[in-house]
Amino acid sequence: VSVADVTAFAEATVRTATPLALAAVGEVVVERAGVLNISLEGIILAGAFGALVGATHGGLTGGFLVAVLSGVAIALAFALFTVIWLRADQIIAGTAITLLSTGLTGTLYRTLYGSAGAALTIPTAGRIAIPGLVKLPVVGDALFNQPATTYLVYLIVPAVWWWMFRTHAGLGLRAIGESPAAADAAGVRSTHVRFVAVLFGGILGGLAGGTLVLSQAGTFAEGMSAGRGFIAIAIVVLGRWHPVGVMLAALLFGAASALQFLLQATGIALPYQLFLALPYVLTLAALAGVAGRVRAPAALARVHDH
Amino acid sequence: MGDALRALLAGAFGSWYAFGSGTLVRATPLILTGLAVAIAFRAGVFNIGAEGQFIVGAAAATAAALAMHSLPAFILVPSMLVLGFGAGALWAWIAAVLRARFHVLEVISTIMLNFVALHLVSYLVRGPLQEPTHIYPQTVTFVDAARLPRFGSTTRLHLGFLVAVLACVAAWFVVRYTAAGFRLRAVGANPDAARSAGMIDAARTTMRAFLISGALAGLAGAIEVSGVTYALYENISPGYGFTAIAVALLAQLNPLAVVGTGILFGALEAGATAMQRDAGVPSVVVSIVEALIILVLLALDRFRSTATRESPA
Repeated sequence: VSVADVTAFAEATVRTATPLALAAVGEVVVERAGVLNISLEGIILAGAFGALVGATHGGLTGGFLVAVLSGVAIALAFALFTVIWLRADQIIAGTAITLLSTGLTGTLYRTLYGSAGAALTIPTAGRIAIPGLVKLPVVGDALFNQPATTYLVYLIVPAVWWWMFRTHAGLGLRAIGESPAAADAAGVRSTHVRFVAVLFGGILGGLAGGTLVLSQAGTFAEGMSAGRGFIAIAIVVLGRWHPVGVMLAALLFGAASALQFLLQATGIALPYQLFLALPYVLTLAALAGVAGRVRAPAALARVHDH
Repeated sequence: MGDALRALLAGAFGSWYAFGSGTLVRATPLILTGLAVAIAFRAGVFNIGAEGQFIVGAAAATAAALAMHSLPAFILVPSMLVLGFGAGALWAWIAAVLRARFHVLEVISTIMLNFVALHLVSYLVRGPLQEPTHIYPQTVTFVDAARLPRFGSTTRLHLGFLVAVLACVAAWFVVRYTAAGFRLRAVGANPDAARSAGMIDAARTTMRAFLISGALAGLAGAIEVSGVTYALYENISPGYGFTAIAVALLAQLNPLAVVGTGILFGALEAGATAMQRDAGVPSVVVSIVEALIILVLLALDRFRSTATRESPA
């Protein structure tokens, strides 16, 4: 294993972690408000498809814009069913809305792009090197020569941390996640805050989908979210519902996925499906090690009536 | 639109052949996985992993079919079904233990296990179980002794349909008339109350329901390879495990009603295949319909409970 292999491994780690971190940081805010958004998978998928549609008409800016709008649209549907209108079971509604997103993106993709879809390519976001920092040994390239969405993670993690733990509104959000009834009594409008939190999760989930298409694949494939929404939800548990913890957990998963590059370099012959299955197995193992020992927001996934 | 609907209806109900060989063949895995989901949900277990349990059931049955291909049918076919049943239970057991011992949400764990099952089958059909020319990612076609009998030579409908219906009748009887069924309903309705009533070991009841749920989904996979595909390949399930959620919810988690809703969704999916062929409408449209059905049911359920419940302060 050479230095170049390790550098490539570190770069692949950060690249894979970026969409996971974006989606998971959004989900931290949602879950801290006591909502478990299982439709995150559908949000990421819609974001990915939106990125394709936007980018074919409006380039990169259009791509990211439509990605965010698509994510928000799915989040809005979820909020409608679980928070503001029906207050239905979050797990069943979330599963149904993910199914809806799978059907919608699949149908629209085949209708709009037909069989030519596979050959479709769109502009991708180039890497931006941060002067000075990019020269750091080993990690310089990995951390500071990435597309803009990775730098967005560096900005959004401290911003969410500050908002959640240092502002009055952030305290209100966390109070709702522990006891919406008590929060209501204290004058926090819990339904309103939950609604905004779910939409914020939709923005970041949509961006995560956009990142898959516009910063990585350069094209769209049906079902290309491939469980990332569910992995992001697991990452929230591993990161103990804390934005910084979640970013570190996302990096751990990025590393697990990138491990194949490193192991291929060592020349050990293992079936590639093993590497493809590794992130999912690792999620299970990590959850088994952590889930019993951390405390979720007390009101998580509970329906709150007034 | 009219053409598409006509093609869908003709594909599902147009003739006895279409109904038996299309709709009912397609309904068989949906009835069994729907029953799997219904039993789990009844016990308060969110098993979203019927898809993965179906896949490992299909893989286990395939391994049996290939390893014991010289045995007579009356031994081989039952062995395949039993192995599929067991493999499904084993796959569910992983998630059940993670839930009971480590407090891992089964929604997450069963979905992770779906992906692991997919990659496992991908490995099997490109590795140890691949057909001998090593060109196609699938197994050889099973010998006749590994195939479920059909209801006559002019139909593709196989004995698995009967197995699925009987499983629903048996489950209905157990849930409705036995002590085990009472425990299941009690734990699902309110685990805390069931526990404090002192008569019920809630954890054990939950675990059993989870295992039976996985076993039924695994059996569905075994029946699919033994009755329909006669081989294992990567996309052995077009999402049966997810359609199963709609099947179970539409049946209001009643095992007998699952037969009806399973046939309804079987018709929808068989019709959608015809619709794609004859009218060029993508068959993924069915996912939208299924999702909307679940969402409408959630809405109706909510309105019903709001209407009957005393208004809280």
